[in-house]
Amino acid sequence: MSAIAREDFAQLVHAEWTKFRTVRGWVIGTVLAGLVIVLFAYLATFAHHDGGLCVGPNPSSGTCQSFSHPGPAIGPGGLPVTDTYYLVHRTLTGDGTITARIDSLTGEAQTGGGGGNGVSVQDLVGAPAAVNEWAKAGLIVAASTRPGAAYAAVMLTGRHGVRMQSDYTGDIAGPDVSALKPRWLRLKRSGPTLTGYASVDGRGWTKVGTARLAGLRGAVQAGLFVTSPPATDLNSPQFFGGEGGANQDATGATATFDRLELHGGWSPAGWSAQDIGANTQLPTLSSVGYQRTDGGLRISGSGDIAPAVAAGYTDEQPLTGVFVGLIFLIVLATMFITAEYRRGLILTTLAATPRRGHVLLAKASVLAAVTFAVGSIACAVSIAIGNHILRVNGNYVYPTSTLTELRVILGTGALLAAVAVLALAVGTALRRSAAAITAVIVLIILPYILATASALPTGPSDWLLRLTPAAGFAIEQTLPEYHQVSYLYDPTGGFYPLAPGLGLAVLGAYALLALLIARRLLLTRDA
Amino acid sequence: MREALRAEWTKLRTVSTTGWLLLGTIVLTVALGAVVAHAVTYSAGGREDVTKLSLTGVYIGQAIVAILAVQTISAEYSCGLIHVTLVAIPRRPVVLGAKAAILCALVLAAGALAMLGSVLAGRLILPGSGFTIAHGYAPLSLGHGATLRATAGSVLYLALIALLSLGVGTAVREAAVAIGLVLGLLYVFPIIAAVIGGSRLQRHVEQIAPMTAGLAIQDTVNLGHLPISPWAGLGVLAAWATAALLAGGLMLKLRDA
Repeated sequence: MSAIAREDFAQLVHAEWTKFRTVRGWVIGTVLAGLVIVLFAYLATFAHHDGGLCVGPNPSSGTCQSFSHPGPAIGPGGLPVTDTYYLVHRTLTGDGTITARIDSLTGEAQTGGGGGNGVSVQDLVGAPAAVNEWAKAGLIVAASTRPGAAYAAVMLTGRHGVRMQSDYTGDIAGPDVSALKPRWLRLKRSGPTLTGYASVDGRGWTKVGTARLAGLRGAVQAGLFVTSPPATDLNSPQFFGGEGGANQDATGATATFDRLELHGGWSPAGWSAQDIGANTQLPTLSSVGYQRTDGGLRISGSGDIAPAVAAGYTDEQPLTGVFVGLIFLIVLATMFITAEYRRGLILTTLAATPRRGHVLLAKASVLAAVTFAVGSIACAVSIAIGNHILRVNGNYVYPTSTLTELRVILGTGALLAAVAVLALAVGTALRRSAAAITAVIVLIILPYILATASALPTGPSDWLLRLTPAAGFAIEQTLPEYHQVSYLYDPTGGFYPLAPGLGLAVLGAYALLALLIARRLLLTRDA
Repeated sequence: MREALRAEWTKLRTVSTTGWLLLGTIVLTVALGAVVAHAVTYSAGGREDVTKLSLTGVYIGQAIVAILAVQTISAEYSCGLIHVTLVAIPRRPVVLGAKAAILCALVLAAGALAMLGSVLAGRLILPGSGFTIAHGYAPLSLGHGATLRATAGSVLYLALIALLSLGVGTAVREAAVAIGLVLGLLYVFPIIAAVIGGSRLQRHVEQIAPMTAGLAIQDTVNLGHLPISPWAGLGVLAAWATAALLAGGLMLKLRDA
């Protein structure tokens, strides 16, 4: 662009901004779109109450005087974790080593199904079953027996071989000795550094991994543990409009340990056993415990030591209004061009500026700037209000870093801006508002509904959120996925198939392509 | 009334978009249903509602029907034809009634083709996705009572959506606003229902929302889990359509054209 062309374009943008600013309907519509987003932040949160557990019952009236909202255990990284396992432990002061052989690892599963997601199922007795793929049995060193404590562990898993895991999110795969029996494990502590080893014969040892735990000082609890996470029923039906998530059935695992060897500063007191994190929200089996066997220990556990997936509410909850705001903005953006055709203003506009491509670009710039600003502000306010209401009602809100929060707020603003540009382009191409608005809504909102609130299975739902402009909603995802936790990571549960930026890029590509086609049509067609 | 019907029929028949939109309704409905029938896979233990899956196309078909219905009235306003229409037929409720009747007839015909096509597509495609007799799924057939109800009900659903859209279009006149209102009404409620929380409140939203209630007519298994029974759900949508038509008729009667 030459200097003159740049000045022309600036004037064009100014002209379009004046058109936008001086039509009352457009200003009111934009403000309404912002307000409706905020209003829905309230609608989507006010009815969500977590009654909590009664901790102060009033014996005379039978009512509860005070409630506690325990929420999930919080790990060293500040994120919610699952920390439920059966531990046989001793106190270790200073450096030391623990070695043991695992003779067998067997599984059991909840009988009869049932037990929905997030429902505490404590009194289930299991029946023999295949061992869960992420059942864990091995050696652990933990800062304390409090759920959420810092730890490092070397373990044998149901189907993922030997692993070295630490502080819930750390996971290192070891040599695959799962097919070989017996299996030996060793965990060595020197100061804050823990090293895991594995062996097939107890003589030749392979290092699995090392973990440095900043919070591990002085006396720690170390010993043998067994746990087994709930099995996610990937085939459970989802009903229209139902809450997300598949059914989870409790599982248990039993491991026999022998050839136990301890070196270093172990407490002379004997072993003690503890069911860690028994008050979990996770469905677990009640048949946990340990017994001494000939030269070893048999331990049964149920639960998991892992990051908590999809714990609590996320920013998507208060941002529900974005869908409604989108419809407002789609109508507005489409009319920004179709109204010119309807009223014949387009002839004046194009007579004043024969560079038609620039007219479209100026309109797109004004729309994008306005919707981005209004959308970002509305989203920031929505998240603040919505999360506040959720917390006041006793709910746990999944923690997000400031950077993630900023990405969600500005990203959603960009999403609204991209959809507005898409609507403008489709409106220019079709010139009929009803058809254009329907086309854009069908392109972006319908795929989202089909993917999250209809009877479609996960596979097709994922493809809808990869290929259609609805991929852009991925920018709102704040929950991380963990390969070491088996879970139904589907759109209904708030997990998008594309990374946030990539999803937004798909939407951006649609908007850009539509803009190019619209420009072409505007240049070649009579107004 | 006969003249009014004829006038409306001529107007709709001679505009090329009518044919395209009706064709679009049929093609997109059958296409979406076929894609879904192809995309689902059989899994042991589950009890999929294959009828409902085959009729998924109604989600997109209703949007095209809404365009047609809104344009039927808004186009008259945008080009001033409404003045001629109202001079020719001064009894305004008759104009709206005639429009509704013609629109209904067209949408019923197109809807019937779309739904029959969807069922046929499902019948041909579903066995390939594993929904075979051996797995306990009989081929889709209109001889099956619930399937017949779901199919016929979906046709009625589309007609009611057309009436609802016509009513809204008459009330607000501006095509862009009308279509935004209609699609908002249809698509936003399921999202609200999914997030509002509190199972009773959620159920109530699903009971009054035009789309979630109306599409209960498509369910053929697990009817006990539905927030509202199939025919009652269609009744809710009919109530929405009636209210919209009454509002539109009233505005038409009271307002200067």
